[in-house]
Amino acid sequence: MSSVIVAKDIVTKFGQKIIHNKISFEVKKGEIFGILGGSGSGKTTLLREMILLQKQHSGLLKVLEYDVKNLSNREANELRSRWGVLFQFGALFSSLTVLENVSIALKEYTDLSSSAITKAALMKLKMVGLCEDVANLYPSELSGGMKKRVGLARALIRDPKLLFLDEPTSGLDPKSARDFDKLIVALRDTLGITVIMVTHDKDTISSVLDRFIILHDTKMAFLGNILELKQSKDEKLKEFTDGK
Amino acid sequence: MQPSVEIVNSDTMTTFVCRGSWTLENVTKLSKSMPSTCRAKGVVFDFSHIDEFDTHGILLIIETIKKLESQNYQVEKKGQSKDFLALYEVCEINFPKKIELTIKHNIANEFFYKLGHLISESKKTLISFFSFVGGLTEAVGILVFKPQNIRFKATFYHIENSGLKALPIILLTSFLIGIVIAFQGAVQLEKFGANIFIVEMVTISVTRELAPLITAIVIAGRSASAYTAQIGVMKITEEIDAMKTMGFSVWNFLIIPRVFALIISLPLVVFFADVISILGGMLVAALQLGISFEEFANRMQESVEIKHIVIGLIKAPIFGWIIAVIGCFRGFQINSSTESVGNYTTISVVNAIFWVIAMDAVISVFLTELGL
Repeated sequence: MSSVIVAKDIVTKFGQKIIHNKISFEVKKGEIFGILGGSGSGKTTLLREMILLQKQHSGLLKVLEYDVKNLSNREANELRSRWGVLFQFGALFSSLTVLENVSIALKEYTDLSSSAITKAALMKLKMVGLCEDVANLYPSELSGGMKKRVGLARALIRDPKLLFLDEPTSGLDPKSARDFDKLIVALRDTLGITVIMVTHDKDTISSVLDRFIILHDTKMAFLGNILELKQSKDEKLKEFTDGK
Repeated sequence: MQPSVEIVNSDTMTTFVCRGSWTLENVTKLSKSMPSTCRAKGVVFDFSHIDEFDTHGILLIIETIKKLESQNYQVEKKGQSKDFLALYEVCEINFPKKIELTIKHNIANEFFYKLGHLISESKKTLISFFSFVGGLTEAVGILVFKPQNIRFKATFYHIENSGLKALPIILLTSFLIGIVIAFQGAVQLEKFGANIFIVEMVTISVTRELAPLITAIVIAGRSASAYTAQIGVMKITEEIDAMKTMGFSVWNFLIIPRVFALIISLPLVVFFADVISILGGMLVAALQLGISFEEFANRMQESVEIKHIVIGLIKAPIFGWIIAVIGCFRGFQINSSTESVGNYTTISVVNAIFWVIAMDAVISVFLTELGL
C-alpha cells in the first residue's frame, strides 16, 4: 500500500519557540490516522501544515506525492481539489445557505448542471445524516453538531480521496459523537477515503483510529495503534488510554 | 479509459454496458449519453466494465434507473463488484427527494410584501431603539447613586481612542475648512470692499456650525463603526452572554463608558477644531485681504459674541450622545452571521451622520427662532 502522507523530521517554530522537533510518520492509503496530544502540543499546527495553511520550518512533508514546500500554484490547486477539510467549528460560509455551502465547490470547479449539483449536494447532506429540510437554512440557524455535519458534507462533495478532520467530535453530545465516529468509518469503508484527524476523544481513539501519533513536549512520544499504546509503560501516555 | 455507455439492443432486452471511469469529472459528459427511453421493455445495466466510480457517477446511474422505472421499464443490474454494490447501496438510501428551493411570487406581491416587511421591521427597530435609550437612561440613573460602579478606566480608554486619537485628522480637516470658507468669502467680500467682515464670516460660521458638524461627522465615521463592530463581534463570540452570566452589567461595562467618552471628548475636540479653523481663516485673511492677525483678533473680540462659540460647544455633547448610542445600539442588533457585521456597521455610520445633521438642523432652527 502506498503512503498518502510522508512526514520526515518536521521542525516547526513560532519565532524562537519550537513547536515540533523532528517529527516523522507515514499515513497509508485507507487508514484512519489520528494526531493526538495535550492542548498546545501543536496538533492543529501539524494538520495546518498538511493542508497548506502554514509552512514547516524544515523537514520533508509529502501529501499525495506532492512536496508541500515546493509547490507551484497549479500543483497546489490540484492538491486542494483532491482533499476535503472539516474545521473544528465547521467554518461554514455564513452568507450562504447550507445547500450553497455544500455545493459551492461543484459550482466553481465543475461543469455539472445546476440540478445535478443540487442533487449531489442533497445526497451528501443525507449521507452525513442530515435531512433535506436543512438545505435552505443558514449556518447561524444550525446547532453545533449540525454545522459539523454540513462541514463534513462540504468536505466530501468532490469525493476526495483524503479527508482532514480537526476535532470532529469535540462539542458534540456523546451519542452524536459516536454517530459521527460510525459515519467516518462507514465513509472510509464505502468511499475508500484516507482520514487524518486531530482528536481528544478517548472513544474515538479506541474505536475509530487505525493508528495514531501522540505529540508531547515538541517530540513525537508515540506512534502505533491502541493495543500497542495499552502495553506501553510510559506514564505520560497513560492518560490517552484510561481517562485519568 | 474513456467512459462510455454502449447500447446493445435485442428483441426483448436493451443492455447498457457502462465502461471506463464514472467519476465527477466525467459525469456531465456521461449524463448526455444516458438514455431516457429505449425500445424494449426490459433494460439491463451491465457494470462489469467500470474501472472507477464515485458517488457522482453512481448518482447519475440511480437517477437514470429511477427515471426508467417511472416509465414502467423493467430494470435489472448485473456485474456489480462488491465495492460498487456497497457504495451503490449507500447512495440509493441517501437519494434525495425533491425539495422546493425557491418560491416564486409575482412582482406586485413581492413589492408589497417587501414594503410591509420594511415597515414592520422599522417599527420593531424604533421600539427597540427607544427601549435601548430607556435602558441606558435607567442605567445612568442607577450609576448616579452608585458612583463607585463607574468604569473610569474604560471611559478614559475610549476617550483616548475615540477623542484623542481622532485629533490629528479633525484638526487637519477643520484647518482646511477654515481656509476654504475664508477663501471663498474673501473673493465675494472684496467686491464690496467689505474685507473686514471676513472675521465675522469665518468665526461665526465655523464655531457655531462647521467645526461641531465636521468633528461629529469624522467621529461618527471613526467611532460609530468601531463601536458597532466591537460590540457585534463580542456578541458573536458570546462574550456578552458570558458577561451577563457573571452578573456584569453590559450597560456599565460596554455602553456607558462609550457614551460618556464621546459626551466628554466631543466638546474638547470641537474646541480645538474651532481654534484651528479660525487660524486657517486668519491665515487666508492675512495673505489674501491684508488683514493682520492683530486686526483679526481685535475685530473678533469686538464683533463676535461669545454665544456662538458656546452654542457650538453645547451641540458637541449632544452629537456625541447620538453617535455613541447609535453605534452601540446597532452593535447589539448584529446576529450571528459575519455578513450582519458589515451591514450593521454601515447602517450605524450612515444613521449616526444623518441624525447628527438632522439634530443640527433642529437646533439651528430652534435657536434662531429664540433669537439666539
